[in-house]
Amino acid sequence: MSDALFEIRDLRLSFPDLAHKPLFGSAPRIEVLKGLSFDIARGDVVGIVGGSGSGKSTLGRAMIRLLDVESGEIRFDGTEISQLGETDLRPLRRRMQMIFQDPMSSLNPRHTVARLIAGPLHLHGFDQIRARVDQALSQVGLPLSFRSRYPHELSGGQRQRVGIARAIATEPEFILADEVVSGLDVSSQAQVLNLLERLVSDMGLTLGFISHDLSVVRRLCKTTLVLHRGEIVEQAETAALFGAPTAQYTRDLLDAIPLPEVTPGWLG
Amino acid sequence: MSFLELKNLDAHVGRLPILRDVSLQVAPGEVRALVGESGAGKSMIGKAILGTLPDAILVTGGQILLEGEDLQRMRAKDRRRLIGAKAALIPQDPLTALNPARRVGPQICNRLVDILGWRRQEAEARVVELLHEVHIPAPDRVMRAYPHELSGGMRQRILIASAFAAEPQLIVADEPTTALDVTVQKQILRLIRDLQARHGTALLFVTHDLGVVSKLCQSMTVLYGGKVIEDTSVDQFFRAPGHAYSAALLAATPKYTDPDSSLMPVPEAVISAVEAEIAAHDAAHQKGAV
Repeated sequence: MSDALFEIRDLRLSFPDLAHKPLFGSAPRIEVLKGLSFDIARGDVVGIVGGSGSGKSTLGRAMIRLLDVESGEIRFDGTEISQLGETDLRPLRRRMQMIFQDPMSSLNPRHTVARLIAGPLHLHGFDQIRARVDQALSQVGLPLSFRSRYPHELSGGQRQRVGIARAIATEPEFILADEVVSGLDVSSQAQVLNLLERLVSDMGLTLGFISHDLSVVRRLCKTTLVLHRGEIVEQAETAALFGAPTAQYTRDLLDAIPLPEVTPGWLG
Repeated sequence: MSFLELKNLDAHVGRLPILRDVSLQVAPGEVRALVGESGAGKSMIGKAILGTLPDAILVTGGQILLEGEDLQRMRAKDRRRLIGAKAALIPQDPLTALNPARRVGPQICNRLVDILGWRRQEAEARVVELLHEVHIPAPDRVMRAYPHELSGGMRQRILIASAFAAEPQLIVADEPTTALDVTVQKQILRLIRDLQARHGTALLFVTHDLGVVSKLCQSMTVLYGGKVIEDTSVDQFFRAPGHAYSAALLAATPKYTDPDSSLMPVPEAVISAVEAEIAAHDAAHQKGAV
């Protein structure tokens, strides 16, 4: 068994550009992922960063096969999954979960917290669901009294904890977190990041953390992958990448972050 | 003299206080940040000034003085005209602020024509001139474009141009860069700062991002639960915050240059202390009312 959980080779994906579709004939395609190759080691926390339109969310979703890829290989724990059908993917889905940016739109507002967390457990045929829901709640630091609450009754940070509880309930090996703290206040953001950090080490998770906020990535991630226009411009250990970025685009990104300290002349 | 002054402003939804005894001043040409977490009331202050509070929220006490004139005591029509002439808004999300079914140009000109009574030709010429000023290439073409044909940064530039069009003395900017990429954010912040400086406009910048505050603003008001926690200069705040809550907020803000010491959630004790201050304020206020 190799120590890479994901091995990705020459991954390509494009969408039809409907804004430029001619009246007759098919629309031209926009290449979103232009032949990406990289590995994600078991137990790694990898930050996937880039500007809007860089392809970071598309990459994440393609990796866990929420999107169909055009060509290239995706090996998950040694199994090539890029062309698997839904039936064959089903047993793998338990092992890779996702946390979404906006829990208000990703959690069904008519379901209680307990039912939301139990959803994936039912889907994957788990037993002792009640006990597992309780365990997931306590792992994310929510009281058991929240079982019967509805999403609208919770604060933003609490809702995001429910999203996390739902993702960890099936004891996955990989979790993809797509901008999970960008809608939160700094204080809840700090709490959720600390929680993710703890879960990664307690559960031996591998985490793909998509974010546009490099300060957050610096705090949480062991390695970082910088995407720009569908290509990887830099992949390195986070400390090294922030200490001495090699790609111009990474330097531009870092320069553009307004750090919370007074720097006269920063705006030029 | 301050151009804008809020004196002991209170606002309620039913019996629930939204703003509690808020006082602040903005001098001509000053750039002041309104900072706080969600629910702190920072956007509500901006809306109260511009007279765009939701119907359910009522100003229940205090004064909003624009060049010394008390907005609460004016007739609605006069107030609207005064605000339209003196103040403008840069909204958070340009895509919701612009009508998707109409071309961009007429939408920006309308404000000048309807509220300030400019002739349409005059308004159009002025807007084209401003689009030049916000570095939009081919302004004539952009005026005829629909919002969806433009990028997020471009749309925000257009709304900035629109805000500055009537030479207002005060601009309220409500999280204008939150939806943008960091690289675009920096360009937009620079643009707002340049225009503000060139036109001598006072700016009330509503944001939750202390990083942006430190780069753009001179003074700041920190809010929690609709109450002013601290009113200070930006230099002073980042050197030594004057309130435990301000310090906690700063400590919770991530910094890539200092990954280990950043990201402390605001401690429970600090929150309960602030909540206690607010409860004490509410109790005193109710006594005063009776």
